[in-house]
Amino acid sequence: MNQPYDLVRARPEPEFEISVDGAPVPVIPGQTIGAALHGAGIRSWRTTRIGARPRGLFCGIGVCFDCLVTVNGSPSLRACLTEARPGDRVSTGARAGQVGPGGRAGDGDGTDGGKTVNGR
Amino acid sequence: MKPLYDLAVIGAGPAGVAGALTASFAGLDVVLIDAAPRPGGQYFRHLPQGFNAQAPGALHHGLDGFTRQWETLRARADVLLGHKVWAVERAEGTVTVRCLEGDREERPRTVTARGLLIATGAHDRPLPFPGWDLPGVLTAGGAQALLKGNLVVAGRKVVVAGTGPFLLPVAAGLAEAGADVRGVYEANGRLGLARHPLLAAGKAGEALGYGASLARHRVPYRGRHAVIAAHGEGALTHVTVARLDSAWRPVSTRTVECDTLAYGYGFVPQLELPVQLGCATRADADGSPVVTVDGGLRTSVPGVYAAGESTGVGGAVLAEVEGRIAGRSAAADLGRRVPPLPRLSRRRDRLAAFAKALLEAYPVRPGWQGWLRDDTLVCRCEEVPLSAVREAQDLGAIDARSVKLLARPGMGWCQGRMCGYAVACLAGEDPAAPRRPIAQPIRLGDLAAPTRSPLEG
Amino acid sequence: MPDVVVIGAGVVGAACAYYAARAGLDVVVVDRGPVAGGTTGAGEGNVLVSDKEPGPELDLALLSNGLWRELAELDGFEFEAKGGLVVAETGEVLEALTGLAGKQGVEHTVVPSGGLGDYEPHLAGGFAGGVFYPQDAQVQPMLAAATLIRRGADRFGRGTLMLRTGVTVAGFLRDGDRIGGVTTDHGDILAGAVVNAAGTWGGEVAAMAGVHVPVLPRRGFILVTEPFDEPLIRHKVYTAAYVTNVASDSEGLETSAVVEGTPSGPVLIGASRERVGFDRTVSVPVLERLARQAVELFPALADRRAIRAYCGFRPYCPDHLPVIGEDPRAPGLHHACGHEGAGIGLAPATGHLIAQTLAGHRPDLDLTPFRPDRFEERR
Ligand SMILES: Cc1cc2nc3c(=O)[nH]c(=O)nc-3n(C[C@H](O)[C@H](O)[C@H](O)COP(=O)(O)OP(=O)(O)OC[C@H]3O[C@@H](n4cnc5c(N)ncnc54)[C@H](O)[C@@H]3O)c2cc1C
Ligand SMILES: Cc1cc2nc3c(=O)[nH]c(=O)nc-3n(C[C@H](O)[C@H](O)[C@H](O)COP(=O)(O)OP(=O)(O)OC[C@H]3O[C@@H](n4cnc5c(N)ncnc54)[C@H](O)[C@@H]3O)c2cc1C
Ligand code: FES
Repeated sequence: MNQPYDLVRARPEPEFEISVDGAPVPVIPGQTIGAALHGAGIRSWRTTRIGARPRGLFCGIGVCFDCLVTVNGSPSLRACLTEARPGDRVSTGARAGQVGPGGRAGDGDGTDGGKTVNGR
Repeated sequence: MKPLYDLAVIGAGPAGVAGALTASFAGLDVVLIDAAPRPGGQYFRHLPQGFNAQAPGALHHGLDGFTRQWETLRARADVLLGHKVWAVERAEGTVTVRCLEGDREERPRTVTARGLLIATGAHDRPLPFPGWDLPGVLTAGGAQALLKGNLVVAGRKVVVAGTGPFLLPVAAGLAEAGADVRGVYEANGRLGLARHPLLAAGKAGEALGYGASLARHRVPYRGRHAVIAAHGEGALTHVTVARLDSAWRPVSTRTVECDTLAYGYGFVPQLELPVQLGCATRADADGSPVVTVDGGLRTSVPGVYAAGESTGVGGAVLAEVEGRIAGRSAAADLGRRVPPLPRLSRRRDRLAAFAKALLEAYPVRPGWQGWLRDDTLVCRCEEVPLSAVREAQDLGAIDARSVKLLARPGMGWCQGRMCGYAVACLAGEDPAAPRRPIAQPIRLGDLAAPTRSPLEG
Repeated sequence: MPDVVVIGAGVVGAACAYYAARAGLDVVVVDRGPVAGGTTGAGEGNVLVSDKEPGPELDLALLSNGLWRELAELDGFEFEAKGGLVVAETGEVLEALTGLAGKQGVEHTVVPSGGLGDYEPHLAGGFAGGVFYPQDAQVQPMLAAATLIRRGADRFGRGTLMLRTGVTVAGFLRDGDRIGGVTTDHGDILAGAVVNAAGTWGGEVAAMAGVHVPVLPRRGFILVTEPFDEPLIRHKVYTAAYVTNVASDSEGLETSAVVEGTPSGPVLIGASRERVGFDRTVSVPVLERLARQAVELFPALADRRAIRAYCGFRPYCPDHLPVIGEDPRAPGLHHACGHEGAGIGLAPATGHLIAQTLAGHRPDLDLTPFRPDRFEERR
């Protein structure tokens, strides 16, 4: 028996499937894509831009952005927030063209409230 | 939907729901907005319908009370679930709340109101350590959200670590749900608050319940211990657990096998929306910025209120009390007759004193910085190692912001939500209130489109 | 006692310090905050020649462009000579644009409508053509400022270039008529000369010496997108409207997006221009306009996300030219401020010219158009 289901006396509706990089993953209606993947034992589904490090769920509530996936062609969705729908095609692989280490942008940040740059 | 509400409430956790309901009972036209598809916030996170759970309350203390409030509110006020707020503005006494509706095909929506209650809660506060970005390492709240919101047990062999009383419900929940919890490692003393009067008075039952549950499942609970490294090729296989001295320097270490680590060192209140409005903030007992409020939960900006974790981390019960007070203030400030209720304020004071005592009993000690190696990532998104932070300091960065400008921690996807606390500590300062003019990522196409109200297509 | 105190560790102060040290002077840089914590930390890093009308600012920009290329050898910050593409909506605008390019006398290629795709495959269709400026470049301004100060110190020995952060200048020391140092919240610093490189706060610093230098803030917002795995945009791309906006005297909001990719992945969309004092309140309409213009240039951006925005305050003077040179009203005080939206690009030339005047050499460019007392007659 599945203990968490017993705990809340769940009688789940029938599972449906989504495809993740071509492989089927079962989902209980209402689960997020991230939870379905994690529940299916898939712990990582993205690699980072610089070090190609594997990433999956970390914060679980939409604040860390580690769990990004492309769903039906729509990029950069947080898997932990995105409810799965029957037939979803999820693609995860890092796209080509990663920049090497040391890549730096020219973006600054003038967002300081003014301890150093005081806005008088 | 209405063109102008009396009060918009952001956050459907205990604070927001109590606030919205109270304001509605006091005669205000209320709209409640939350990013999540279901109400509850972090504590009362609801399972999807699809599970047909007959006993959802098994996962939360006090769920029935919350559910009653929620059902009543739904009948009296407008509720916009699945609406992420990315910006709030205020001009001439009107607040404009800009949302994105939907979790994938997002649509821009605008809500306007005369007053605003911000009850956006908090997120976990992780500390970096070698291996913290290995798959299988989760925040404690993340593990809890998987269970409460999806009935997914985070792992088979799980270690729980960090600091604070929140580790106990997380570990107990995992054990009840069938995980083999290999240990709970509390970096501070185990009995930090055992003798606090409030614990004796009320909270003791809850704490004892978790304790009993852990004992039943033979889960060891160790004080002055921490996970200082996580190991594995591509995924977690084991962690290094250290015994700590009082400054959190490792005294001795050993290895614990596990496939999952759930850890957290407290919480970070989500302040981007109040900061956008210019609400004053202050440092809480743990140095974290929180919204400054008066006894009526009014912020420094007229017509804007804050309740729950945004005013200081204190848990679901305090959050609800604050929500009620804020709802009453909002109604009173709009001319509704609201009789004083000193009992409520006294209750808040007691709970807030307890919350403060908790923060003081479970601080983050500086020794964690010694767990890092030169190549340990401080920022997960931009993959900034400790050595790059040190180089930036060597180049003349004397505060967290200039470290960010020179080495990029906090410039990536999460905008410093995960690393902000650590970078501030490394820079030798308290974390500053986050300035994020864009609180949720927004597609440029949506930003470019003229915004529509929920009334329109 | 140092020969020079430089007030401000932004990119302009850093360049002044670097070149002064290279000229053999002992330099102390003071900043009330960290290195690059002022407007330099809010800039975009465009090093442009394409947007300047022929005249003194273009001369300065061309000198600076060459110096940036030399400085890039120092290593430690990124410098990308990626070139800029200015596109025209209509044939009429294209004509004006090519006319300007001819007058500027800088390297350029006129690109017909059909050729734009070779430069920018993702550019929207429908533009009448454009002009490509190969000299336009990109620099990471914060690291550049920090590196100039560090390399200056390394190369000429520590002590000849010293950085003191967290030190606020509160007034000036006088030696008779001459400025002979500064007073700070951390004690006095005597020096042979002082450089006012306080950027947007340069007017305040000048006032401490009793002289009028009108430097005012012109706010700018920048939108930053999610990081891209593959570069979508190769050059700096903007519409011809940008050139007219830069030189505009309008108080009101002006936007004309400059869009470009960065080596770390995000696309930068900047920047707006408006005069609202030092007000940091987010302006959603400004962000909306920047987004709209960026999507008009690159429709593929519509589906990608903005993850942050930030603002800064360009230091501008009423005639849109910087103030560079010794102040005849306060001998010993040299100004190097008021570069508006081009301070990053113009920093090396400014530093080089200031170093020449400090060392008593004849500057390579005529500084008359930049002289600090030029606003007196208009008061
Ligand atoms: C992941 C996590 C799990 C937790 N689990 C427990 C637990 O099991 N037991 C316990 O005692 N405490 C738990 N806590 C602590 C929790 O913070 C408090 O118990 C309590 O939930 C606080 O109530 P609140 O109303 O202040 O905020 P929350 O309950 O956090 O509610 C805030 C709500 O605001 C919404 N929101 C935030 N930002 C936006 C935005 N920009 N737009 C739209 N909506 C937004 C969120 O979706 C959320 O629903 C947890 C905390 C976290 C972070
Ligand atoms: C949105 C935006 C985009 C921009 N994009 C570009 C671009 O693409 N290309 C370009 O060339 N330019 C750009 N600029 C303009 C450029 O950023 C500025 O012109 C340039 O950074 C000015 O550098 P600075 O060194 O003069 O000033 P700052 O960097 O502001 O440095 C001045 C320093 O003086 C210090 N200071 C002030 N008063 C005192 C005191 N009393 N005591 C001690 N220290 C003091 C401050 O702390 C500050 O660090 C942009 C500006 C903005 C706002
Ligand atoms: S796991 Fe953090 S955003 Fe999804």
